[in-house]
Amino acid sequence: MRHLLSTGDLSRDEATLILDTAAELAQVGDRSVKKLPTLRGRTVVNLFYEDSTRTRTSFELAAKRLSADVINFSAKGSSVSKGESLKDTALTLQAMGADAVVIRHSASGAAHRLANWVDGSVLNAGDGTHEHPTQALLDAYTMRDRLGRLEGLRVAVVGDILHSRVARSNVLLLTTLGAHVTLVAPPTLLPVSVHTWSCEVSYDLDEVLPKSDVVMMLRVQAERMRDSFFPSVREYSRNYGLDGERLGKMPSEAIVMHPGPMVRGMEISAEVADSPRCTVTEQVTNGVSLRMAVLYLLLGGS
Amino acid sequence: MPDTNGPHLIRGARPLGGDPVDLLFVDGRIAAIGPDLEAPEGARTVDATGLIALPGLVDLHTHLREPGREDAETVASGSRSAAMGGYTSVHAMANTDPVADTAGVVEQVWRLGREAGYCDVRPVGAVTVGLAGEQLSEIGAMADSAAQVRVFSDDGICVSDALLMRRALEYVKAFDGVIAQHAQEPRLTEGAQMNEGCVSDRLGLPGWPAVAEEAIIARDCLLAQHVGSRLHVCHVSTKGSVDIIRWAKERGCDVTAEVTPHHLLLTDELVESYDPIYKVNPPLRTAEDVQALREGLADGTIDIVATDHAPHPVEAKETEWSTAAMGMVGLETALAVVQRTMVDTGLLTWAQVADRMSTAPARIGRVDGHGRELAVGEPANVVLYDPAAPVEIDGGAMVTKSSNTPFRGMTLPGGVRATFLRGVPTVLEGKIK
Repeated sequence: MRHLLSTGDLSRDEATLILDTAAELAQVGDRSVKKLPTLRGRTVVNLFYEDSTRTRTSFELAAKRLSADVINFSAKGSSVSKGESLKDTALTLQAMGADAVVIRHSASGAAHRLANWVDGSVLNAGDGTHEHPTQALLDAYTMRDRLGRLEGLRVAVVGDILHSRVARSNVLLLTTLGAHVTLVAPPTLLPVSVHTWSCEVSYDLDEVLPKSDVVMMLRVQAERMRDSFFPSVREYSRNYGLDGERLGKMPSEAIVMHPGPMVRGMEISAEVADSPRCTVTEQVTNGVSLRMAVLYLLLGGS
Repeated sequence: MPDTNGPHLIRGARPLGGDPVDLLFVDGRIAAIGPDLEAPEGARTVDATGLIALPGLVDLHTHLREPGREDAETVASGSRSAAMGGYTSVHAMANTDPVADTAGVVEQVWRLGREAGYCDVRPVGAVTVGLAGEQLSEIGAMADSAAQVRVFSDDGICVSDALLMRRALEYVKAFDGVIAQHAQEPRLTEGAQMNEGCVSDRLGLPGWPAVAEEAIIARDCLLAQHVGSRLHVCHVSTKGSVDIIRWAKERGCDVTAEVTPHHLLLTDELVESYDPIYKVNPPLRTAEDVQALREGLADGTIDIVATDHAPHPVEAKETEWSTAAMGMVGLETALAVVQRTMVDTGLLTWAQVADRMSTAPARIGRVDGHGRELAVGEPANVVLYDPAAPVEIDGGAMVTKSSNTPFRGMTLPGGVRATFLRGVPTVLEGKIK
């Protein structure tokens, strides 16, 4: 494994290795000195074209816990409108000797393009509406951690599937790992060819909830309303929002997940967000271990 | 400009793929056709054994980029590229900077074409001022100018306003013009990056639904029939579009249509690489669409092949997909792609290739002296093509100023050996003069 661009590139064994490695590295987070010397002398660049303090901080922490040198290269604005192209930035980082580049970009495929231009490893930290592989991996990690297995797990992913890189990465990864995914959304927020995907589709959240071990809520941006993806925030929330009453329809062991940031009152009520069955903060904690595992495996640390 | 030399005697060429004969070009015309012709004094002999002779190709859809983007192509470099592809006439699209929406700009492009001398450059006039889709440009002035414009198009942008489209269709009737529509419903394609379907959904790229093309074609066919005008549909790319045009022709609509070489060969699966070399408008579609386009071209529903040659500088393609420019160069590979997709598959004869790439486009564009029979007395606009000379495509080795060919690395079956514009070779022995 040289790059991590898509969860679709991972075999079941590779994905499981990442999760197992993350579980081992998680113990570092419990120590008083949270640091391993594994990647000492290696350079990791965080190349963020989109604001994402959460993801950037998580990667930064992961690299630092492995003793790598971390450079944050924030490059706001698109390459055409302002200054340097992605290719020239890539060549610059290459010339500086970056061993790994973690890229977040608003353009789908930006990580793939970058991988053509640098010798080091490329980690896709979210590319447009395409994929967000480490998010899906940390989600799978959290499910396995909480529920003890992934094989046969019934996972509902609810919300703006069409524009969600988290949904794409999760469908590919969870299917590889033996879980059964059901996407739940109004038809306008589903891709037109979703029937060809390796998952089920439903327009009815209430019908899916009792049959789910995991309910993953995705952020829905209010601006989608202006583009007529749904008539109003209230109507969306009524049909697809997760509140206390709906939580009651889920099996008692079932968990609620959210990749964050949450829009309380839109896709999730405060009552559910703050409930012990909601794993949002665990996902953040697990994200650091998971990203440590990916960096470790990609950079061949020992 | 190539040297004007004397008579040329072509030995053993196969007109329209038929039996070998000799052709003699004198003073810009075909002076004789027959076996074992006598070489007149001073004649240059060209060995054309095994080569197919076709009337010089006519492209109804070329972007020459001048004025405005001379870094990508100029009228001179683009017409040399055209000659290299076997073309003797090209239509220069109007989306230049400034836009070709006045007699002044079209005359400039026409004059630059004459000065270059590699093919007859016919400017296309913009339908609306600045391609803005709000107000008709001075179409009549462009028609009356030295450039004698007959094809009008806002190509790159759809004339989406139904009333404006109706007026344009009606207006050009006065001088036998034609509106060439870029069929793309704008609201359905906001932010669109590639064909909408399985691949776009997987790649997370905003989709470009087939219906956005088909809905405009259906509307325009109905409009053209209502006002009794000629409509030409640019770069048809979907199965549904072929069906609609077939239906419109059956009910008597005076519509013609074109397909590009790349839409005859390539599919949206190529976008999996996120390499913008495959980014084009309209987008590459599915294998089912490709098959329907080939069948449509074979049965005459689609009248012609047009290149939509769209040169871009390297930096416009060496970028993220979503910021990359749309378009592909195509003049120098068109005939070889048509051989591979239409001739080698048994869908078209070489005589039909001559119709689709020379006769019919000349008729649609009202281009005098091109698309004529290979017969004594006709202008000696002729291409000699070797159908058995496989070549690996390399954008860097092309005559065009740009190199954005989607066929790079592919092996195409043949190549142009010579092109004659009114008896003067613009290409000889496979090299530009």
